[in-house]
Amino acid sequence: MENVHKQARASTVKAKKLSEKKKDMISGYLYVAPFFIVFGIIGLYPAIFSIVLAFQKWNGLGEMEFVGMNNFAIVLQDPLFWKSLYNTVLMGLMGTAPQLIVGIILAYFLNMAVIRFTNFFRVTIFMPYITSMVAVALVFGVFFSSNESALANYVIGWFGFDPVSWKTSEWGAKIAISLMVFWRWVGYNTIIYLAGLQSIPKDLYEAATIDGANKVQQFFHITIPLLKPFIVLTVFMSTVGALQLFAEPTVFLGSSAFSRDEAMTVVMYLYRDAFNLGSFGTASATAVLLLIIIVGAAALNTWLTSGAGSKKRGVKS
Amino acid sequence: MKQQHKSKLNKSTIPVYVVLTIASLLSLFPFYWMFVMATRPSAAYNSIPPTILPGGMLVENFQKVLDTIPFFQAMWNTILLCTTVTVAVLIISSLAGYAFAKFEFPGKNFLFICILLTMVIPPQLGLIPQYYLISQLGWLDTLLGAGVLFLLNPLGIFLMRQYISQSVPDELMEAAKLDGCSNFRIYWSIVLPIIKPAFATLGIIVFTLVWGEFLWQFTVLRDPSSYTLQVALASLNNAFRVDFGMLLSGVFWATVPLIVIFLFFNKWFISSITEGSIK
Repeated sequence: MENVHKQARASTVKAKKLSEKKKDMISGYLYVAPFFIVFGIIGLYPAIFSIVLAFQKWNGLGEMEFVGMNNFAIVLQDPLFWKSLYNTVLMGLMGTAPQLIVGIILAYFLNMAVIRFTNFFRVTIFMPYITSMVAVALVFGVFFSSNESALANYVIGWFGFDPVSWKTSEWGAKIAISLMVFWRWVGYNTIIYLAGLQSIPKDLYEAATIDGANKVQQFFHITIPLLKPFIVLTVFMSTVGALQLFAEPTVFLGSSAFSRDEAMTVVMYLYRDAFNLGSFGTASATAVLLLIIIVGAAALNTWLTSGAGSKKRGVKS
Repeated sequence: MKQQHKSKLNKSTIPVYVVLTIASLLSLFPFYWMFVMATRPSAAYNSIPPTILPGGMLVENFQKVLDTIPFFQAMWNTILLCTTVTVAVLIISSLAGYAFAKFEFPGKNFLFICILLTMVIPPQLGLIPQYYLISQLGWLDTLLGAGVLFLLNPLGIFLMRQYISQSVPDELMEAAKLDGCSNFRIYWSIVLPIIKPAFATLGIIVFTLVWGEFLWQFTVLRDPSSYTLQVALASLNNAFRVDFGMLLSGVFWATVPLIVIFLFFNKWFISSITEGSIK
Protein backbone atom coordinates (compact mmCIF):
# COMPACT_ATOMS: atom_id res chain seq x y z
CA MET A 1 0.00 0.00 0.00
CA GLU A 2 2.68 2.40 1.04
CA ASN A 3 4.72 1.25 -1.89
CA VAL A 4 1.97 2.08 -4.36
CA HIS A 5 1.59 5.49 -2.82
CA LYS A 6 5.29 6.15 -3.17
CA GLN A 7 5.23 5.06 -6.77
CA ALA A 8 2.33 7.33 -7.55
CA ARG A 9 4.08 10.28 -5.99
CA ALA A 10 7.27 9.52 -7.85
CA SER A 11 5.42 9.48 -11.14
CA THR A 12 3.69 12.80 -10.49
CA VAL A 13 7.04 14.36 -9.55
CA LYS A 14 8.51 12.90 -12.70
CA ALA A 15 5.64 14.21 -14.79
CA LYS A 16 5.97 17.63 -13.25
CA LYS A 17 9.71 17.66 -13.87
CA LEU A 18 9.18 16.62 -17.45
CA SER A 19 6.71 19.36 -18.15
CA GLU A 20 9.04 21.78 -16.40
CA LYS A 21 11.82 20.65 -18.70
CA LYS A 22 9.58 21.07 -21.70
CA LYS A 23 8.63 24.54 -20.57
CA ASP A 24 12.29 25.49 -20.21
CA MET A 25 12.95 24.18 -23.68
CA ILE A 26 10.16 26.26 -25.15
CA SER A 27 11.35 29.32 -23.22
CA GLY A 28 14.87 28.77 -24.50
CA TYR A 29 13.82 28.69 -28.15
CA LEU A 30 11.42 31.58 -27.66
CA TYR A 31 14.04 33.83 -26.10
CA VAL A 32 16.75 33.23 -28.71
CA ALA A 33 14.22 33.52 -31.54
CA PRO A 34 14.23 37.34 -31.92
CA PHE A 35 17.95 37.36 -32.69
CA PHE A 36 17.71 34.56 -35.22
CA ILE A 37 14.68 36.06 -36.93
CA VAL A 38 16.45 39.41 -37.31
CA PHE A 39 19.65 37.63 -38.34
CA GLY A 40 17.86 35.57 -40.96
CA ILE A 41 16.23 38.59 -42.57
CA ILE A 42 18.97 41.20 -42.46
CA GLY A 43 22.12 39.12 -41.94
CA LEU A 44 22.04 35.70 -43.54
CA TYR A 45 19.68 36.40 -46.44
CA PRO A 46 21.64 39.48 -47.63
CA ALA A 47 24.96 37.64 -47.24
CA ILE A 48 23.76 34.75 -49.42
CA PHE A 49 22.05 37.16 -51.84
CA SER A 50 25.37 39.02 -52.12
CA ILE A 51 27.25 35.88 -53.06
CA VAL A 52 24.60 34.98 -55.66
CA LEU A 53 24.68 38.56 -56.95
CA ALA A 54 28.42 38.38 -57.45
CA PHE A 55 27.74 36.04 -60.40
CA GLN A 56 24.98 38.15 -61.95
CA LYS A 57 24.78 41.28 -64.00
CA TRP A 58 22.23 43.57 -62.36
CA ASN A 59 21.55 47.26 -61.92
CA GLY A 60 19.00 46.82 -59.15
CA LEU A 61 15.98 47.39 -61.40
CA GLY A 62 15.76 45.04 -64.38
CA GLU A 63 16.31 41.33 -64.78
CA MET A 64 19.37 39.61 -63.40
CA GLU A 65 21.63 37.93 -65.90
CA PHE A 66 23.96 35.12 -64.93
CA VAL A 67 27.50 35.97 -66.02
CA GLY A 68 29.60 33.41 -64.15
CA MET A 69 32.98 34.65 -63.02
CA ASN A 70 32.77 37.69 -65.28
CA ASN A 71 32.24 40.20 -62.45
CA PHE A 72 35.32 38.92 -60.67
CA ALA A 73 37.28 39.17 -63.91
CA ILE A 74 36.13 42.77 -64.40
CA VAL A 75 37.08 43.75 -60.84
CA LEU A 76 40.40 41.92 -60.85
CA GLN A 77 41.37 43.50 -64.18
CA ASP A 78 40.46 46.99 -63.02
CA PRO A 79 43.61 48.93 -62.03
CA LEU A 80 41.44 51.06 -59.72
CA PHE A 81 40.53 47.98 -57.66
CA TRP A 82 44.21 47.18 -57.16
CA LYS A 83 44.93 50.80 -56.40
CA SER A 84 42.16 50.83 -53.79
CA LEU A 85 43.47 47.62 -52.25
CA TYR A 86 46.99 49.05 -52.17
CA ASN A 87 45.70 52.25 -50.54
CA THR A 88 43.68 50.31 -47.97
CA VAL A 89 46.56 48.07 -46.95
CA LEU A 90 49.07 50.93 -46.86
CA MET A 91 46.84 53.28 -44.85
CA GLY A 92 45.87 50.36 -42.64
CA LEU A 93 49.50 49.61 -41.84
CA MET A 94 50.41 53.27 -41.35
CA GLY A 95 47.40 53.92 -39.15
CA THR A 96 47.33 50.82 -36.99
CA ALA A 97 50.86 49.46 -36.56
CA PRO A 98 52.19 52.56 -34.70
CA GLN A 99 48.96 52.57 -32.69
CA LEU A 100 49.73 49.22 -31.12
CA ILE A 101 53.30 50.16 -30.18
CA VAL A 102 52.38 53.58 -28.78
CA GLY A 103 49.38 52.01 -27.02
CA ILE A 104 51.58 49.50 -25.19
CA ILE A 105 54.04 52.22 -24.11
CA LEU A 106 51.28 54.53 -22.86
CA ALA A 107 49.56 51.69 -21.02
CA TYR A 108 52.86 50.67 -19.43
CA PHE A 109 53.40 54.21 -18.16
CA LEU A 110 49.82 54.54 -16.96
CA ASN A 111 50.18 51.29 -15.05
CA MET A 112 53.17 52.47 -13.00
CA ALA A 113 52.15 52.61 -9.37
CA VAL A 114 54.12 55.80 -8.72
CA ILE A 115 52.32 57.90 -11.33
CA ARG A 116 49.77 60.36 -10.00
CA PHE A 117 46.77 61.73 -11.91
CA THR A 118 46.46 58.34 -13.64
CA ASN A 119 42.74 58.80 -13.98
CA PHE A 120 43.11 62.21 -15.59
CA PHE A 121 45.59 60.89 -18.15
CA ARG A 122 43.44 57.86 -18.80
CA VAL A 123 40.38 59.97 -19.52
CA THR A 124 42.18 62.46 -21.79
CA ILE A 125 43.97 59.76 -23.77
CA PHE A 126 40.70 57.87 -24.24
CA MET A 127 38.71 60.97 -25.30
CA PRO A 128 39.39 60.77 -29.09
CA TYR A 129 37.58 57.45 -29.21
CA ILE A 130 34.24 59.00 -28.27
CA THR A 131 34.21 61.37 -31.24
CA SER A 132 32.67 60.00 -34.39
CA MET A 133 34.74 59.17 -37.44
CA VAL A 134 32.88 61.87 -39.35
CA ALA A 135 33.78 64.53 -36.77
CA VAL A 136 37.42 63.44 -36.80
CA ALA A 137 37.54 63.51 -40.59
CA LEU A 138 36.04 67.02 -40.72
CA VAL A 139 38.36 68.47 -38.06
CA PHE A 140 41.39 66.85 -39.67
CA GLY A 141 40.07 67.98 -43.04
CA VAL A 142 40.43 71.61 -41.96
CA PHE A 143 43.72 70.95 -40.21
CA PHE A 144 45.14 69.20 -43.29
CA SER A 145 43.56 71.46 -45.85
CA SER A 146 45.34 71.76 -49.17
CA ASN A 147 45.70 75.47 -48.42
CA GLU A 148 49.25 76.74 -47.95
CA SER A 149 48.26 78.34 -44.66
CA ALA A 150 46.71 75.16 -43.24
CA LEU A 151 47.76 74.52 -39.67
CA ALA A 152 49.43 71.26 -40.68
CA ASN A 153 51.53 73.08 -43.27
CA TYR A 154 52.46 75.69 -40.69
CA VAL A 155 53.61 72.98 -38.29
CA ILE A 156 55.69 71.09 -40.85
CA GLY A 157 57.17 74.49 -41.81
CA TRP A 158 58.87 74.55 -38.40
CA PHE A 159 60.81 71.50 -39.49
CA GLY A 160 61.75 73.04 -42.81
CA PHE A 161 59.24 71.16 -45.02
CA ASP A 162 57.43 72.77 -47.92
CA PRO A 163 53.63 73.04 -47.74
CA VAL A 164 51.86 69.86 -48.86
CA SER A 165 48.64 69.71 -50.83
CA TRP A 166 47.15 67.20 -48.38
CA LYS A 167 43.95 66.36 -50.22
CA THR A 168 45.30 65.92 -53.70
CA SER A 169 48.76 64.44 -53.34
CA GLU A 170 49.49 60.73 -53.30
CA TRP A 171 51.20 60.70 -49.91
CA GLY A 172 49.55 63.73 -48.35
CA ALA A 173 46.10 62.13 -48.35
CA LYS A 174 47.40 58.82 -47.06
CA ILE A 175 49.38 60.41 -44.23
CA ALA A 176 46.47 62.61 -43.15
CA ILE A 177 44.01 59.69 -43.13
CA SER A 178 46.41 57.37 -41.30
CA LEU A 179 46.92 60.06 -38.67
CA MET A 180 43.16 60.32 -38.15
CA VAL A 181 42.90 56.58 -37.64
CA PHE A 182 45.90 56.66 -35.32
CA TRP A 183 44.57 59.58 -33.27
CA ARG A 184 41.11 58.15 -32.82
CA TRP A 185 42.09 54.59 -31.87
CA VAL A 186 45.33 54.83 -29.93
CA GLY A 187 43.56 55.57 -26.62
CA TYR A 188 41.14 52.69 -27.15
CA ASN A 189 44.04 50.25 -27.54
CA THR A 190 45.82 51.82 -24.57
CA ILE A 191 42.81 51.05 -22.37
CA ILE A 192 42.71 47.43 -23.55
CA TYR A 193 46.43 47.02 -22.85
CA LEU A 194 46.01 48.72 -19.48
CA ALA A 195 43.36 46.15 -18.57
CA GLY A 196 45.83 43.48 -19.63
CA LEU A 197 48.67 44.93 -17.59
CA GLN A 198 46.49 45.13 -14.52
CA SER A 199 45.83 41.42 -14.77
CA ILE A 200 49.57 40.62 -14.48
CA PRO A 201 50.42 39.71 -10.87
CA LYS A 202 52.77 42.25 -9.24
CA ASP A 203 54.93 39.59 -7.53
CA LEU A 204 56.22 38.45 -10.93
CA TYR A 205 57.98 41.80 -11.25
CA GLU A 206 59.20 41.66 -7.66
CA ALA A 207 60.68 38.23 -8.21
CA ALA A 208 62.37 39.42 -11.41
CA THR A 209 63.84 42.43 -9.61
CA ILE A 210 65.27 40.14 -6.95
CA ASP A 211 66.76 37.99 -9.71
CA GLY A 212 68.49 41.11 -11.00
CA ALA A 213 66.43 41.77 -14.13
CA ASN A 214 66.31 45.43 -15.12
CA LYS A 215 63.18 47.30 -16.27
CA VAL A 216 63.82 46.71 -19.98
CA GLN A 217 64.39 42.97 -19.46
CA GLN A 218 61.24 42.81 -17.35
CA PHE A 219 59.30 44.56 -20.10
CA PHE A 220 60.37 42.10 -22.80
CA HIS A 221 60.30 38.93 -20.69
CA ILE A 222 57.27 39.48 -18.47
CA THR A 223 55.08 42.27 -19.79
CA ILE A 224 55.02 41.46 -23.50
CA PRO A 225 54.51 37.67 -23.21
CA LEU A 226 51.75 38.04 -20.62
CA LEU A 227 50.10 40.74 -22.68
CA LYS A 228 49.98 38.40 -25.67
CA PRO A 229 46.24 37.62 -25.65
CA PHE A 230 45.48 41.33 -25.61
CA ILE A 231 47.93 42.01 -28.42
CA VAL A 232 46.37 39.23 -30.51
CA LEU A 233 42.93 40.71 -29.88
CA THR A 234 43.91 44.26 -30.85
CA VAL A 235 45.80 43.09 -33.94
CA PHE A 236 42.74 41.12 -35.01
CA MET A 237 40.38 44.05 -34.44
CA SER A 238 42.64 46.60 -36.12
CA THR A 239 43.15 44.38 -39.16
CA VAL A 240 39.43 43.89 -39.63
CA GLY A 241 38.75 47.59 -38.97
CA ALA A 242 41.51 48.89 -41.24
CA LEU A 243 40.30 46.84 -44.21
CA GLN A 244 36.83 48.38 -43.82
CA LEU A 245 38.06 51.99 -43.96
CA PHE A 246 35.35 54.18 -45.48
CA ALA A 247 34.10 57.15 -43.46
CA GLU A 248 37.46 58.87 -42.95
CA PRO A 249 38.56 59.17 -46.60
CA THR A 250 35.02 59.79 -47.87
CA VAL A 251 34.35 62.65 -45.49
CA PHE A 252 37.91 64.01 -45.55
CA LEU A 253 37.84 64.40 -49.34
CA GLY A 254 34.23 65.61 -49.42
CA SER A 255 32.59 65.99 -52.82
CA SER A 256 35.68 64.82 -54.71
CA ALA A 257 36.00 61.59 -52.72
CA PHE A 258 34.80 59.21 -55.41
CA SER A 259 36.46 60.92 -58.35
CA ARG A 260 40.01 60.74 -57.03
CA ASP A 261 42.18 57.71 -56.41
CA GLU A 262 44.81 58.89 -53.87
CA ALA A 263 42.75 57.63 -50.94
CA MET A 264 40.19 55.36 -52.60
CA THR A 265 39.68 52.32 -50.35
CA VAL A 266 38.15 48.95 -51.20
CA VAL A 267 34.85 49.80 -49.49
CA MET A 268 34.75 53.13 -51.35
CA TYR A 269 35.39 51.26 -54.59
CA LEU A 270 32.51 48.90 -53.73
CA TYR A 271 30.22 51.79 -52.79
CA ARG A 272 31.06 53.68 -55.99
CA ASP A 273 30.31 50.65 -58.17
CA ALA A 274 26.97 50.05 -56.49
CA PHE A 275 25.53 53.47 -55.76
CA ASN A 276 27.26 55.82 -58.19
CA LEU A 277 27.57 53.50 -61.18
CA GLY A 278 24.62 51.18 -60.50
CA SER A 279 26.61 48.03 -61.09
CA PHE A 280 25.41 45.79 -58.27
CA GLY A 281 27.04 42.66 -59.70
CA THR A 282 30.64 43.88 -59.71
CA ALA A 283 30.08 45.62 -56.37
CA SER A 284 28.95 42.28 -54.89
CA ALA A 285 31.96 40.57 -56.42
CA THR A 286 34.13 43.18 -54.67
CA ALA A 287 32.27 42.50 -51.42
CA VAL A 288 33.00 38.78 -51.73
CA LEU A 289 36.67 39.52 -52.47
CA LEU A 290 36.75 41.82 -49.43
CA LEU A 291 35.34 39.03 -47.26
CA ILE A 292 38.07 36.68 -48.46
CA ILE A 293 40.76 39.32 -47.89
CA ILE A 294 39.51 40.18 -44.40
CA VAL A 295 39.22 36.58 -43.25
CA GLY A 296 42.63 35.78 -44.76
CA ALA A 297 44.40 38.82 -43.30
CA ALA A 298 42.80 38.41 -39.88
CA ALA A 299 43.73 34.72 -39.74
CA LEU A 300 47.28 35.39 -40.91
CA ASN A 301 47.82 38.24 -38.45
CA THR A 302 46.37 36.32 -35.55
CA TRP A 303 48.50 33.31 -36.40
CA LEU A 304 51.61 35.49 -36.70
CA THR A 305 51.06 37.36 -33.44
CA SER A 306 50.17 34.31 -31.40
CA GLY A 307 53.02 32.37 -33.04
CA ALA A 308 55.56 35.06 -32.20
CA GLY A 309 54.44 35.08 -28.57
CA SER A 310 54.66 31.33 -28.06
CA LYS A 311 58.11 31.18 -29.62
CA LYS A 312 59.29 33.74 -27.08
CA ARG A 313 57.76 31.74 -24.26
CA GLY A 314 59.37 28.59 -25.59
CA VAL A 315 62.82 30.20 -25.37
CA LYS A 316 62.13 31.34 -21.85
CA SER A 317 61.09 27.98 -20.42
CA MET B 1 67.04 57.47 3.82
CA LYS B 2 63.39 57.23 2.97
CA GLN B 3 63.36 60.84 1.84
CA GLN B 4 66.27 60.17 -0.50
CA HIS B 5 64.55 57.17 -1.99
CA LYS B 6 61.45 59.21 -2.68
CA SER B 7 63.25 62.05 -4.46
CA LYS B 8 65.18 59.59 -6.60
CA LEU B 9 61.92 57.99 -7.61
CA ASN B 10 60.46 61.32 -8.63
CA LYS B 11 63.38 62.09 -10.87
CA SER B 12 63.07 58.80 -12.73
CA THR B 13 59.37 59.38 -13.33
CA ILE B 14 59.86 62.76 -15.02
CA PRO B 15 60.12 61.25 -18.54
CA VAL B 16 56.95 59.27 -17.86
CA TYR B 17 55.05 62.44 -16.95
CA VAL B 18 56.47 64.21 -20.00
CA VAL B 19 55.30 61.44 -22.34
CA LEU B 20 51.86 61.20 -20.75
CA THR B 21 51.41 64.97 -20.80
CA ILE B 22 52.35 65.18 -24.47
CA ALA B 23 49.95 62.32 -25.24
CA SER B 24 47.16 64.09 -23.35
CA LEU B 25 47.79 67.39 -25.11
CA LEU B 26 47.81 65.72 -28.52
CA SER B 27 44.57 63.93 -27.64
CA LEU B 28 42.87 67.10 -26.51
CA PHE B 29 44.23 69.54 -29.08
CA PRO B 30 41.76 68.72 -31.90
CA PHE B 31 38.87 69.25 -29.45
CA TYR B 32 40.26 72.60 -28.39
CA TRP B 33 41.03 73.66 -31.94
CA MET B 34 37.56 72.59 -33.06
CA PHE B 35 36.21 75.00 -30.45
CA VAL B 36 38.58 77.79 -31.57
CA MET B 37 37.52 77.47 -35.20
CA ALA B 38 33.86 77.34 -34.16
CA THR B 39 34.27 80.83 -32.67
CA ARG B 40 36.20 82.40 -35.56
CA PRO B 41 35.29 83.66 -39.00
CA SER B 42 36.35 81.43 -41.85
CA ALA B 43 39.02 83.96 -42.83
CA ALA B 44 40.87 83.38 -39.55
CA TYR B 45 41.81 80.11 -41.07
CA ASN B 46 44.06 81.81 -43.60
CA SER B 47 46.00 83.90 -41.11
CA ILE B 48 49.69 83.36 -40.52
CA PRO B 49 50.60 82.52 -37.82
CA PRO B 50 47.43 80.46 -37.32
CA THR B 51 44.87 81.53 -34.75
CA ILE B 52 44.86 79.38 -31.69
CA LEU B 53 42.75 81.54 -29.38
CA PRO B 54 38.93 81.57 -29.38
CA GLY B 55 37.11 84.50 -31.01
CA GLY B 56 33.60 85.87 -30.64
CA MET B 57 31.61 84.22 -33.42
CA LEU B 58 30.28 81.22 -31.55
CA VAL B 59 26.65 82.21 -32.09
CA GLU B 60 27.00 83.54 -35.66
CA ASN B 61 28.74 80.38 -36.89
CA PHE B 62 26.14 78.17 -35.31
CA GLN B 63 23.38 80.29 -36.86
CA LYS B 64 24.95 79.57 -40.26
CA VAL B 65 24.90 75.84 -39.49
CA LEU B 66 21.20 76.10 -38.65
CA ASP B 67 20.58 77.91 -41.95
CA THR B 68 22.39 75.22 -43.95
CA ILE B 69 21.34 71.91 -42.42
CA PRO B 70 18.38 70.91 -40.23
CA PHE B 71 20.73 70.53 -37.25
CA PHE B 72 18.19 70.08 -34.47
CA GLN B 73 16.11 67.74 -36.59
CA ALA B 74 19.26 65.67 -37.19
CA MET B 75 20.12 65.76 -33.49
CA TRP B 76 16.61 64.58 -32.64
CA ASN B 77 16.76 61.85 -35.31
CA THR B 78 20.08 60.66 -33.91
CA ILE B 79 18.89 60.60 -30.31
CA LEU B 80 15.69 58.80 -31.27
CA LEU B 81 17.59 56.29 -33.39
CA CYS B 82 20.24 55.59 -30.76
CA THR B 83 17.76 55.25 -27.92
CA THR B 84 15.35 52.89 -29.69
CA VAL B 85 18.13 50.72 -31.07
CA THR B 86 19.82 50.54 -27.67
CA VAL B 87 16.61 49.53 -25.87
CA ALA B 88 15.81 46.94 -28.53
CA VAL B 89 19.32 45.46 -28.45
CA LEU B 90 19.23 45.27 -24.65
CA ILE B 91 15.95 43.35 -24.74
CA ILE B 92 17.01 40.97 -27.54
CA SER B 93 20.43 40.31 -26.02
CA SER B 94 19.30 39.86 -22.44
CA LEU B 95 16.51 37.45 -23.41
CA ALA B 96 18.88 35.39 -25.55
CA GLY B 97 21.65 35.64 -22.95
CA TYR B 98 19.19 34.42 -20.29
CA ALA B 99 18.22 31.45 -22.44
CA PHE B 100 21.83 30.51 -23.21
CA ALA B 101 22.87 30.85 -19.58
CA LYS B 102 19.97 29.15 -17.81
CA PHE B 103 18.00 26.81 -20.05
CA GLU B 104 18.74 23.49 -21.65
CA PHE B 105 17.43 22.91 -25.15
CA PRO B 106 18.61 20.79 -28.07
CA GLY B 107 21.00 22.63 -30.37
CA LYS B 108 21.86 25.23 -27.76
CA ASN B 109 25.62 25.05 -28.24
CA PHE B 110 25.29 24.96 -32.00
CA LEU B 111 23.14 28.08 -31.99
CA PHE B 112 25.58 29.86 -29.69
CA ILE B 113 28.49 29.07 -32.00
CA CYS B 114 26.43 30.39 -34.92
CA ILE B 115 26.05 33.68 -33.05
CA LEU B 116 29.78 33.94 -32.47
CA LEU B 117 30.43 33.20 -36.14
CA THR B 118 28.18 36.04 -37.25
CA MET B 119 30.72 38.42 -35.71
CA VAL B 120 33.19 37.56 -38.45
CA ILE B 121 30.98 38.62 -41.38
CA PRO B 122 32.06 42.13 -42.42
CA PRO B 123 29.07 44.47 -42.55
CA GLN B 124 29.86 45.49 -46.15
CA LEU B 125 29.22 41.99 -47.48
CA GLY B 126 25.48 42.37 -47.26
CA LEU B 127 25.37 46.09 -48.00
CA ILE B 128 23.80 45.91 -51.45
CA PRO B 129 21.07 43.31 -50.71
CA GLN B 130 20.34 45.09 -47.43
CA TYR B 131 19.91 48.35 -49.30
CA TYR B 132 17.70 46.58 -51.83
CA LEU B 133 15.63 44.99 -49.06
CA ILE B 134 15.15 48.28 -47.25
CA SER B 135 14.18 50.05 -50.47
CA GLN B 136 11.67 47.29 -51.32
CA LEU B 137 10.15 47.67 -47.87
CA GLY B 138 9.88 51.42 -48.46
CA TRP B 139 12.14 52.12 -45.49
CA LEU B 140 14.65 54.37 -47.28
CA ASP B 141 14.88 57.76 -45.58
CA THR B 142 13.32 56.40 -42.41
CA LEU B 143 14.83 55.80 -39.01
CA LEU B 144 13.46 52.26 -39.18
CA GLY B 145 15.68 51.63 -42.21
CA ALA B 146 18.64 53.32 -40.55
CA GLY B 147 18.26 51.37 -37.30
CA VAL B 148 17.25 47.86 -38.28
CA LEU B 149 20.79 46.67 -39.11
CA PHE B 150 22.03 47.52 -35.62
CA LEU B 151 19.58 45.10 -34.02
CA LEU B 152 22.08 42.40 -34.90
CA ASN B 153 24.51 42.51 -32.04
CA PRO B 154 26.16 39.16 -31.32
CA LEU B 155 28.58 40.74 -28.83
CA GLY B 156 25.57 41.76 -26.74
CA ILE B 157 24.34 38.17 -26.42
CA PHE B 158 27.84 37.03 -25.56
CA LEU B 159 28.24 39.64 -22.79
CA MET B 160 24.75 38.98 -21.38
CA ARG B 161 25.26 35.22 -21.30
CA GLN B 162 28.53 35.64 -19.39
CA TYR B 163 27.04 38.10 -16.96
CA ILE B 164 23.82 36.19 -16.29
CA SER B 165 25.53 32.85 -15.76
CA GLN B 166 27.92 34.46 -13.28
CA SER B 167 25.60 36.71 -11.32
CA VAL B 168 22.14 35.11 -11.30
CA PRO B 169 22.17 32.19 -8.80
CA ASP B 170 20.32 29.03 -9.86
CA GLU B 171 18.92 28.68 -6.31
CA LEU B 172 17.09 31.96 -6.67
CA MET B 173 15.48 30.75 -9.88
CA GLU B 174 14.55 27.40 -8.30
CA ALA B 175 12.93 29.18 -5.37
CA ALA B 176 10.96 31.45 -7.67
CA LYS B 177 9.82 28.42 -9.68
CA LEU B 178 8.59 26.67 -6.55
CA ASP B 179 6.56 29.78 -5.82
CA GLY B 180 4.97 29.33 -9.24
CA CYS B 181 6.81 32.02 -11.20
CA SER B 182 6.86 31.61 -14.97
CA ASN B 183 10.17 31.83 -16.79
CA PHE B 184 9.30 35.24 -18.15
CA ARG B 185 8.29 36.45 -14.69
CA ILE B 186 11.70 35.32 -13.40
CA TYR B 187 13.37 37.25 -16.22
CA TRP B 188 11.34 40.35 -15.50
CA SER B 189 11.50 40.51 -11.70
CA ILE B 190 14.73 38.68 -10.84
CA VAL B 191 17.13 38.70 -13.78
CA LEU B 192 16.58 42.26 -14.99
CA PRO B 193 17.32 43.97 -11.65
CA ILE B 194 20.49 41.89 -11.20
CA ILE B 195 21.92 42.63 -14.63
CA LYS B 196 21.59 46.42 -14.50
CA PRO B 197 25.39 46.93 -14.62
CA ALA B 198 25.62 44.78 -17.75
CA PHE B 199 22.79 46.86 -19.25
CA ALA B 200 24.78 50.02 -18.59
CA THR B 201 27.90 48.57 -20.22
CA LEU B 202 26.20 47.17 -23.29
CA GLY B 203 23.96 50.23 -23.53
CA ILE B 204 26.98 52.52 -23.79
CA ILE B 205 28.64 50.29 -26.42
CA VAL B 206 25.53 50.23 -28.59
CA PHE B 207 24.63 53.89 -28.14
CA THR B 208 28.07 55.17 -29.19
CA LEU B 209 28.27 52.66 -32.02
CA VAL B 210 24.99 53.83 -33.54
CA TRP B 211 25.79 57.49 -32.86
CA GLY B 212 29.03 57.33 -34.81
CA GLU B 213 28.18 54.90 -37.63
CA PHE B 214 28.33 56.39 -41.10
CA LEU B 215 28.35 53.99 -44.05
CA TRP B 216 24.86 52.54 -43.62
CA GLN B 217 23.20 55.82 -42.67
CA PHE B 218 24.92 57.54 -45.59
CA THR B 219 23.53 54.83 -47.87
CA VAL B 220 19.88 54.80 -46.79
CA LEU B 221 19.28 58.38 -45.67
CA ARG B 222 19.18 60.64 -48.73
CA ASP B 223 16.50 63.13 -47.73
CA PRO B 224 17.81 65.95 -45.49
CA SER B 225 14.84 65.71 -43.12
CA SER B 226 15.83 62.12 -42.31
CA TYR B 227 19.54 62.89 -41.81
CA THR B 228 21.26 61.80 -38.66
CA LEU B 229 24.00 64.04 -37.27
CA GLN B 230 26.82 62.22 -39.04
CA VAL B 231 25.19 62.40 -42.45
CA ALA B 232 24.19 66.02 -41.90
CA LEU B 233 27.74 66.96 -40.88
CA ALA B 234 29.25 65.18 -43.87
CA SER B 235 26.88 67.12 -46.13
CA LEU B 236 28.26 70.40 -44.71
CA ASN B 237 31.57 69.52 -46.31
CA ASN B 238 30.22 69.13 -49.82
CA ALA B 239 29.80 72.77 -50.76
CA PHE B 240 32.19 74.12 -53.39
CA ARG B 241 33.64 76.65 -50.99
CA VAL B 242 33.42 75.41 -47.42
CA ASP B 243 33.00 77.88 -44.57
CA PHE B 244 35.37 76.40 -42.02
CA GLY B 245 33.96 78.40 -39.11
CA MET B 246 30.51 77.05 -39.83
CA LEU B 247 31.76 73.52 -40.51
CA LEU B 248 33.61 73.20 -37.22
CA SER B 249 30.79 74.87 -35.35
CA GLY B 250 28.55 72.06 -36.59
CA VAL B 251 31.09 69.43 -35.57
CA PHE B 252 31.57 71.10 -32.20
CA TRP B 253 27.88 71.21 -31.29
CA ALA B 254 27.38 67.67 -32.52
CA THR B 255 30.27 66.47 -30.34
CA VAL B 256 29.41 68.35 -27.13
CA PRO B 257 26.55 66.01 -26.10
CA LEU B 258 28.82 62.98 -26.37
CA ILE B 259 31.59 64.67 -24.39
CA VAL B 260 29.09 65.51 -21.63
CA ILE B 261 27.78 61.94 -21.58
CA PHE B 262 31.33 60.63 -21.58
CA LEU B 263 32.53 62.80 -18.70
CA PHE B 264 29.44 61.81 -16.75
CA PHE B 265 29.81 58.07 -17.34
CA ASN B 266 33.55 57.81 -17.97
CA LYS B 267 33.99 54.86 -15.60
CA TRP B 268 31.30 52.93 -17.47
CA PHE B 269 32.81 53.85 -20.80
CA ILE B 270 36.21 52.56 -19.90
CA SER B 271 34.88 49.40 -18.29
CA SER B 272 32.69 48.80 -21.35
CA ILE B 273 35.80 48.65 -23.50
CA THR B 274 37.79 46.43 -21.20
CA GLU B 275 34.87 44.12 -20.49
CA GLY B 276 34.54 43.45 -24.18
CA SER B 277 38.21 42.57 -24.35
CA ILE B 278 38.88 40.38 -21.34
CA LYS B 279 37.32 37.26 -22.72
